[in-house]
Amino acid sequence: MSDRWLRPSHRLLVLRRLQAAAATLAFVAVAAVLAVYSGAVAGLVCAAGAVVFGLAAERFVRRRFAAWGYAEREDDLLVQRGVLFSRLSVVPYGRMQFIDVTAGPLERSFGIATVRMHTAAAASDARIPGLDREEAARLRDRLAELGEAQAAGL
Amino acid sequence: MSDRDSWRRVHPLSPVVRGGRATIAIGVLLLPTVLRGGDLKDSYVQLGIAAALTALGFVSWLVTRWRIDGDDLQIETGVLRRQSLRFPLAQVQAVDIVRPGLARIFRVAELRLRMGGASGSTARLAYLPEQEVEPLRVRLLALASGVEHGEEAEAPAEERVLTTVPTGRLIGSILISDVGLIAEAVIAVLVVTALLAPAAATGVVSGGAVWIFAVLTLVWRRFNQEYRLTLAESPDGLRLRSGLVALTAETIRPGRVQAVRMVEPLLWRLLGWCRLEVDLAGKQRSKGEGEAERRSLRAVLPVGSRALAEELLDRIVPDRPRQHARAPRRVRWKSPLRYRMIAWGRTETCVATTSGRVRRVTCWVPLQKVQSLRRVQGPVQRRLHLASVHVDTAGRGVHAILRDRDAPEADRALAQLSELARAARRKPT
Repeated sequence: MSDRWLRPSHRLLVLRRLQAAAATLAFVAVAAVLAVYSGAVAGLVCAAGAVVFGLAAERFVRRRFAAWGYAEREDDLLVQRGVLFSRLSVVPYGRMQFIDVTAGPLERSFGIATVRMHTAAAASDARIPGLDREEAARLRDRLAELGEAQAAGL
Repeated sequence: MSDRDSWRRVHPLSPVVRGGRATIAIGVLLLPTVLRGGDLKDSYVQLGIAAALTALGFVSWLVTRWRIDGDDLQIETGVLRRQSLRFPLAQVQAVDIVRPGLARIFRVAELRLRMGGASGSTARLAYLPEQEVEPLRVRLLALASGVEHGEEAEAPAEERVLTTVPTGRLIGSILISDVGLIAEAVIAVLVVTALLAPAAATGVVSGGAVWIFAVLTLVWRRFNQEYRLTLAESPDGLRLRSGLVALTAETIRPGRVQAVRMVEPLLWRLLGWCRLEVDLAGKQRSKGEGEAERRSLRAVLPVGSRALAEELLDRIVPDRPRQHARAPRRVRWKSPLRYRMIAWGRTETCVATTSGRVRRVTCWVPLQKVQSLRRVQGPVQRRLHLASVHVDTAGRGVHAILRDRDAPEADRALAQLSELARAARRKPT
């Protein structure tokens, strides 16, 4: 299988990093409050905790981002995801019932969107987050076109 | 008969039957007063509720009417929100006749038309006089499709009975099923407390009344649904008839079965029994349908021997794998209990998976019905170089998983299965 694997936009990583940074900042704020009210030791422990948390979050976010991937094959779409539980979904174009493209306020401000394919099975989980807006639109149109061409009944 | 019938009403007792439990509840509400000496003046509230419900029932009967108009079945109902429903008979998938206990007392029956199409809605004519239902069913089927269904419906002799579940075996199987065991435990506790401390028993009964009732309802429902379940084969699919108090007759078209599974609980295995269920996609959980229809899995064989199950499987999934590959030895570390049971096999058109130590479940999925495939690898599996492949279908009840395979084997299986599923999809049915 010589599939051409595509990845989500790099802006998704930036967004996720920002979210991790925001969580870390909250942690730091707590550490600062503790340092002011209950002495230096507790504050130092908390600061160390915040640093560790931040690094862990950064590593987590980076690996998770790297795990995402999708490939359009002739008859089906492959979607890969997950670090701890790695998943590889094979969704035939003919089985797609509908496709939706969503973008929350944060995603919109970064110009990215999530494409999700639905089949008749509730368990099929084919979701690709963090696609550039043009790429999301291209993928949506292409999937719809292929789905229509290969549509199969239940 | 003319192409366009005049409007007709359902049976006048319909609201009473449709009310079902509510009707009984009204009776219970009035009972204490009646018992106390018949002075109904003391219970204005109860009487008021009963009168209001009766009036509502009467109005709902008055405004509901139906007719056959050419190729459509038209139903009109509702007062505040007037509904006019039109069901094109060409899209009918199956016609079911359902007769709950109360309906049988009043000699009426409900006719249900399962519609195809994306919405998969159900047309209900509840209730019609018993003697009218069968001719109407035949007529609707004849209109629905033309010739072959019409003829088939008029000649029910064509169907071939495959199996009927003996009542003794059904009772035995329920007694040693999970629900049955719980019920027995509850009853045993009650009996023991009653013997040891009669005073405490009343407390236990009143305290746990809800639970006792729930468990007994479950047992009863199962028994009632599966009593003398008869499976027959006819040109338009599998026919299921069952019921002790509530009678149902159902038709499953052959191409509509999404997956089949065989369940073998531990105690049943000792007796060589198993249960066979089919999963359908078309069954919507629509409001107002009976309990039996809310479950997407339909037992075609509530209990039976393996040999019988194999025989039925030959009808439903003729081309199924005979050889199953066992899991690698190291799976013992991850799933010590189910290790022995994990297996999978495939043919060109079907995939089968087995798992579960206490309750062994074997699933068969025709590759034509596969919606998507997923390869999943968890942290423990990665350590042991294992992976699972999930086979997703449109049904809700059957989850076929090729559990804990050697990672390269899982990859191969994923590639092969998606290839075979593609071929199966392309093949005209």
